[in-house]
Amino acid sequence: MDKNFIERRRRDLITAAGLAAVAAVVPLFVKDVYVQNIMVLTLMYAALSQSWNILSGYCGQISLGHALYFGLGAYTTALLFTKFGVLPWFGMIAGGVLAAAIAMALGYPFFRLGGHYFAIATIVIAEIGLLLIQNWDWAGAALGIDIPVRGDSWLKFQFARSKLPYFYFALVLACVAWFVTWWLEDSKWGFWWRAVKDNPEAAESLGVVVFNSKMGAAAVSAFLVAVGGSFYAQFVSYIDPESVMGFQFSLLMALPAVLGGIGTLWGPLLGAVILIPLTELTRSYIGGSGRGVDLIVYGTLIMLIALARPEGLIGLFSRRKEAAR
Amino acid sequence: MGLLYGLIAAGLALIFGLMDVVNFAHGEFLMIAMYVTFFLFTFFAIDPLLAAPLVAAALFVFGAVVYLVVVRFAMRAKANIGMVQIFATFGLAIVMRGLAQLFFTPDYRSVPHSWLGSKTVSLGGIFLPEPQLVGALVSIAAFGALYLFINRTDFGRALEATREDPGAVALVGIDKNRVFALGWGLGAALVGLAGAIMAIFFYIYPDVGASFALIAYVTVALGGFGSVFGAFAGGIIVGLVEASTALILPPSLKSVGIYAVYLLVVFIRPRGLFGSM
Repeated sequence: MDKNFIERRRRDLITAAGLAAVAAVVPLFVKDVYVQNIMVLTLMYAALSQSWNILSGYCGQISLGHALYFGLGAYTTALLFTKFGVLPWFGMIAGGVLAAAIAMALGYPFFRLGGHYFAIATIVIAEIGLLLIQNWDWAGAALGIDIPVRGDSWLKFQFARSKLPYFYFALVLACVAWFVTWWLEDSKWGFWWRAVKDNPEAAESLGVVVFNSKMGAAAVSAFLVAVGGSFYAQFVSYIDPESVMGFQFSLLMALPAVLGGIGTLWGPLLGAVILIPLTELTRSYIGGSGRGVDLIVYGTLIMLIALARPEGLIGLFSRRKEAAR
Repeated sequence: MGLLYGLIAAGLALIFGLMDVVNFAHGEFLMIAMYVTFFLFTFFAIDPLLAAPLVAAALFVFGAVVYLVVVRFAMRAKANIGMVQIFATFGLAIVMRGLAQLFFTPDYRSVPHSWLGSKTVSLGGIFLPEPQLVGALVSIAAFGALYLFINRTDFGRALEATREDPGAVALVGIDKNRVFALGWGLGAALVGLAGAIMAIFFYIYPDVGASFALIAYVTVALGGFGSVFGAFAGGIIVGLVEASTALILPPSLKSVGIYAVYLLVVFIRPRGLFGSM
């Protein structure tokens, strides 16, 4: 193996550990609840986008329906807790396993489709899920589910007074998603995925089982996104179909990875760190008037980044590094 | 209704299907067309039916400008060009919705009394609402014209050739940007027609496009990319499926039938019904 490559991977790991350590102490100094809220969302989106990136970035299967898995995670946890009293920790695992199973069941017919046909199929299946939940009275239909807060406890993963526990869980989630990506990048699977993305026929002829490697990517990706959904349900303690399963959400999940650098290790994190605070700030400072100015600013921003840096913002870093060499 | 879906999808069939450019702002094009119709009616008392060509002309210019200002640059991307197009046009869609909210306010508006509004005509004992009927006729005419245009004119051939190999067409003296700008203009003009007719019987508000856009994507993909006839057939199928789903399922679930049929079709024919790509 190339020595530079091993070197780079070790450096990535050390950088990540350093960043995580810094992130872990930040909320001890930043007490403002509003800022803490933004930090939680940023970490959550980083984790979601990183998970989306596994299937769509590394394996090249552009999914625009990942809101389905997010919603599955959120709804499984919320329903198990409110209807059967099952602790959210088990709900989280159940949601993840369910999402992974559904991703694989869907993958069976879906992965035969190519390009736009695949992307539209993912949108369509998420819309079907959304419509079904909206019409499912037992699960709260279009009104959603209110998760009753019964005091702060790690057991029930509810904290009414402090955002800190959520922050640390989101941090762990982001770290896990990052680490899984880091680990897979250098595994047999990671190489398979990139081969499948670049040239499926060639990969197949060299003995990569294209279908199975797509299935693997879909399952890992869906599991992690569903865990994110469970977390979100506990964090906001109120979910409704449109906000956790809507088409917009599928795009929002993909956005940090695309803006940061699709199919790269650091892209989703970079994208989330830049995009989410900007989104929240524009929403709270110029939104609220109900006149759509925040939408204009936000949309322009997305458009400009997509046009100016098609390879993602990560390109800025690698270019500087090359110049320094 | 199916033919109206067809008409909305016709413009997308040209942009998405024939030029292979993803346009996530298609629904917002429709929204703009409906507002243009509304203002022509309110300020100049021009009936939507007469306004339709004007709206189409306005949207033609708009579509060409959008291509030249935004999409042209999105197509320059070397890596993951699909995602760049998706998010460039998604950003555009959000901006357009924001602008509509800012200038037109989020209020629901409608064209109250037009020549055709809420009139019906009896055809062999079946009462049909006139606006929908006119929409269907316009839709058939538009598809016929588009089909001839793509298959029988030099421009249509230039368009297909440009998609296939932009480098080669440059060698024979075709300006890629000119061809694609015209293509976008035409696609938008078709949406303009659809918008003018839909303004007669639909409420007009900034988010109106979103629900139709998704069905338009499904329609185009159902018919198969690269086929004008496919989009037409797709539109009819979508309309029929929606109507029959409404008979067995509650109205809020009517789109489920459309989506299920799309999935069924692509599982059997992964390139859509008449697709060539």
